[in-house]
Amino acid sequence: MPVFAGSALTCLRGDRLVFTGLDFRIAPGEALFLLGPNGSGKSSLLRVMAGLLKPIRGQLSWDGVPVTDDPDAHRGRIHYVGHLDAVKPVLSAVENLSFWATLGGAADPRGNALKALERLGVPHIANVPGRYLSAGQKRRLNLARIMAAPAALWLLDEPTVALDRAAIALFEGIIAEHRAGGGMVAVSTHVDIAMPGAGELHLDEFTPVPHDEDDGGEGDDVLEEEDAV
Amino acid sequence: MTRFLRLIGRDLRLALRQGSDASIAVMFFVLCVVLFPFGVGPEPNILARIAAGVIWVAALLASLLSLERLFQNDYEDGSLELLSLSTLPMEAVVLAKTLAHWLVTGLPLIAAAPLLALLLNMDAEGFGVLVLTLLVGTPILSLIGSIGAALTLGARRGGVLLSLLILPLYIPVLIFGAGAIDAALNGLTPRPHLLLLGGLLAGALPLAPWAGAAALRQAVE
Repeated sequence: MPVFAGSALTCLRGDRLVFTGLDFRIAPGEALFLLGPNGSGKSSLLRVMAGLLKPIRGQLSWDGVPVTDDPDAHRGRIHYVGHLDAVKPVLSAVENLSFWATLGGAADPRGNALKALERLGVPHIANVPGRYLSAGQKRRLNLARIMAAPAALWLLDEPTVALDRAAIALFEGIIAEHRAGGGMVAVSTHVDIAMPGAGELHLDEFTPVPHDEDDGGEGDDVLEEEDAV
Repeated sequence: MTRFLRLIGRDLRLALRQGSDASIAVMFFVLCVVLFPFGVGPEPNILARIAAGVIWVAALLASLLSLERLFQNDYEDGSLELLSLSTLPMEAVVLAKTLAHWLVTGLPLIAAAPLLALLLNMDAEGFGVLVLTLLVGTPILSLIGSIGAALTLGARRGGVLLSLLILPLYIPVLIFGAGAIDAALNGLTPRPHLLLLGGLLAGALPLAPWAGAAALRQAVE
């Protein structure tokens, strides 16, 4: 069975170390909560997992094989939900969805799209153009996107933003179903999402320790030297 | 291949429903050319002499005008991120979007060009070559422009930057495009110019998507 793991990951944004020496492991059917205060690197880690961001150190592996060996294959097995919903204002909900479903390799994009909307409790918005959708409906549309085409690993960055309680409950069911089918999930969130048996990764543990006044000075020196090189 | 075509289809549909981008480019093209008789005077001989160059310069500017938005919308609403995570290679994404852009903005220019040539009193012998040069030349403009559009993504005042970056690269296309028409009008064969244009297209077709894709990967990081 494939296992998605990362070892000794270090992420640099600008000139700030976001996290360092981070390890994680997700097996089929498992879920992982990414927890931590704002700016602790939850989104960065998800982007690293997706391959949008390259870690400056450490590596990701799928089934023991480094992801960088075959990035195309990695893209084929993930769904990423970011902060933006990627809904086109002039396309109807179902047109928006079936485009992404085609791109994701679904056999029957339109059928899948309609089914996914049904599953998220919004079949009535199928023919509504994107510009008339509310923030919550757009979010549901974005979540329907990950159901419209199959992928083993779901990377969800604050997926419940703008969702109402009913939608969150529906989405918990969908995640449970995905995991029951051997799928993996990594979620960053501030809201309680029920994922029984999910692991937790506290990102603040991997934040580089802020040094004392002197150490801080030395750290700066080191960075400057590296810049100079 | 299906996914490549679907992306083109989506972009065409978006362009047709929004309508503005395509019509703005061709309207700008027409207005730009129509300004010249007012500026240089209605002397038919002078107009006929400068017609090829004027039409080509106007086509170049019109193409530039719409290029700024090539990746902008997708970048802002998060679609570009998802496209870069799809199994469609980034090069194919750039090529598909550029092709759709050309179909929407380039083709109307080509259709309007003979009419404008007539307006500028160009000799009818040049019409065929004019359309032919635009047919080969405008895709090059879109392709080169896609690199600039990808590079300036996320930059403030990206449009101005894009012009500064891309206009110098348009110069060879302009020289051979206008040159071919002049040759035809002077009774020479436009063949060498057209061949050179074709060579430019053959070069831009693989190189531009490659460079554009590299720039886009930077932009979504």
